[in-house]
Amino acid sequence: MTYLLLRHRDIPDIGRLDVYKKNGGFEAFKKTVTGMKPQEVTDVIKASGLRGRGGAGFPTGVKWSFIPNSIWPHYVVANADESEPGTFKDREIMEGNPFQFLEGVAIAAYATGANAAYVYLRGEFWTVAALLDDKIAEMEKAGFLGDKLFGSDYSLRIYTHLGAGAYICGEETALLESIEGKRGQPRIRPPFPAVYGLYGKPTVVNNVETLTNVPLIIDRGAAWFKALGTADSAGVKVFSLSGRVNKPGNYELPFGMTFRQLIYEVGGGVPDDRPVKAIMAAGASSSLIVADDKALDTPMDYASVRTLGADLGSASVIVIDDTVSLEWVIDKTIHFFTHESCGKCTPCREGTFWMKHLIDHIGHGEATKENVELLHSVAKQMQNKCLCPLGEFATMAVTTAIERFPDDFVPSALGGSHG
Amino acid sequence: MLAEKYPEEIKKIFAKYPPEQKRSAVMPLLYLAQRDEGYVTKSALKDIARILDITSTDVAEIVGFYTLYHDKPAGKYRMQVCNDLSCALNGADKFLEELCGNLGIKVGETTSDGMVTVEAVMCLAGCDKAPMFQVQSSQGIEYHENMTVDKTMELVAALRKSGREVK
Repeated sequence: MTYLLLRHRDIPDIGRLDVYKKNGGFEAFKKTVTGMKPQEVTDVIKASGLRGRGGAGFPTGVKWSFIPNSIWPHYVVANADESEPGTFKDREIMEGNPFQFLEGVAIAAYATGANAAYVYLRGEFWTVAALLDDKIAEMEKAGFLGDKLFGSDYSLRIYTHLGAGAYICGEETALLESIEGKRGQPRIRPPFPAVYGLYGKPTVVNNVETLTNVPLIIDRGAAWFKALGTADSAGVKVFSLSGRVNKPGNYELPFGMTFRQLIYEVGGGVPDDRPVKAIMAAGASSSLIVADDKALDTPMDYASVRTLGADLGSASVIVIDDTVSLEWVIDKTIHFFTHESCGKCTPCREGTFWMKHLIDHIGHGEATKENVELLHSVAKQMQNKCLCPLGEFATMAVTTAIERFPDDFVPSALGGSHG
Repeated sequence: MLAEKYPEEIKKIFAKYPPEQKRSAVMPLLYLAQRDEGYVTKSALKDIARILDITSTDVAEIVGFYTLYHDKPAGKYRMQVCNDLSCALNGADKFLEELCGNLGIKVGETTSDGMVTVEAVMCLAGCDKAPMFQVQSSQGIEYHENMTVDKTMELVAALRKSGREVK
């Protein structure tokens, strides 16, 4: 197949400016700046059906259209905070195909009238940030960033900003607080970033993979993009496959392939041919899917995965086989979210604390039926009450594991088999 | 004093943000401050506060919030092993235990020569290449993926010998 996002797999040197240019690089950005009004660019992205690849799946063009022309300046921020257990796609895109990503940032900036854009990378992506800094400098030198681009009046600069280890900064308002030099804690919304974003100005925040699609859509048209994937989910998606599979990794696939195809045909099956017991389709914040035949044959697009009582989210598929206890799985997810809870809102701060207390208790083999019920109750009480999605995320695996895998939570099964 | 020691670096940092938004420089300045000692000293806190015209408490709360800033010294190399869900499904917990056993320390401790601290950390976005960890030293961070305990002990030996900076 021909890769659209992971293009370095077809063209290993695509990360070099001359090679990127030779393969059509920056033509889309030039076309927008010299031949299209910002509104027209947004309309193309809207018509393409592109949806946010960071997890929420919000239509990208619609997001751009929220930026008001009554308040200035505007900002574009690329969310490269990738920190959810099971998600590792944006790093490969930025390392392998950096110019296509940066061109996407540039087009988004032109479409929304921004003259400055920030790439917010998680602090651990230290070397990726250094790489992007080099690529940005090359673009400036070649006249693709800077003042009066392509002979127009449009100017743009892109800057990197390194976080320092905080999952919560992937939440867009926390991310903006972090760039402003504050603790990365979510803001109360409304107002939304489209109106009150970075430095209180209108701001679009888009995921790395989302932006990397943009140059291709401008180049080849909305209809071309829409024809890829399914009616509900246009385009291709990078699926991050991990857990108990023989060939974990990133796989760029059209939406609509089934879980069975991903795990067995693409991922090489499960070690020792164990049966798949559970699937997490969206990383650690997933609802647990019982891996029966119906689930395995479900197409992976946003709408179909929802029929399983789960979400596709960022398409970070974690495979769990029958040797693993779901109690152990939620022990891991609870520890993660408890560590990453920012402490701003009470339901999340206290709720994750108590979930951790209870799962520690259960893990030490001191569990009773009441402990499990109380854990489920605490998780339920957090739902719909937290300031940002993190609190909600922390509960998804807990409630669905207890409800859908009851055999793993009877007292005799607890505190035992671990991964 | 940070301002005297790194004038060029500080100028570069400020160029990234609007002039009236100086506070945005606090995170890059904290990385700069960690260059010398591997952690943010009390005097560096005051330096940064002075440069940005905010209080030391404002700076300290940033250090406290983010895991890659440290307010205490540790080993020259912090080996930060991911033992989150995906890595743990592929042996990260066992790897961490055996690595610590080989180094003769517990998780969170530093080897007696002061060279290596082993920490368990949250997801590093290397889920398909477990076991994996990052090495943080005063000047940067590097990833090591698809590791074994043997390969890691070889890396430790090489780092002990060379004392090189991670960048």
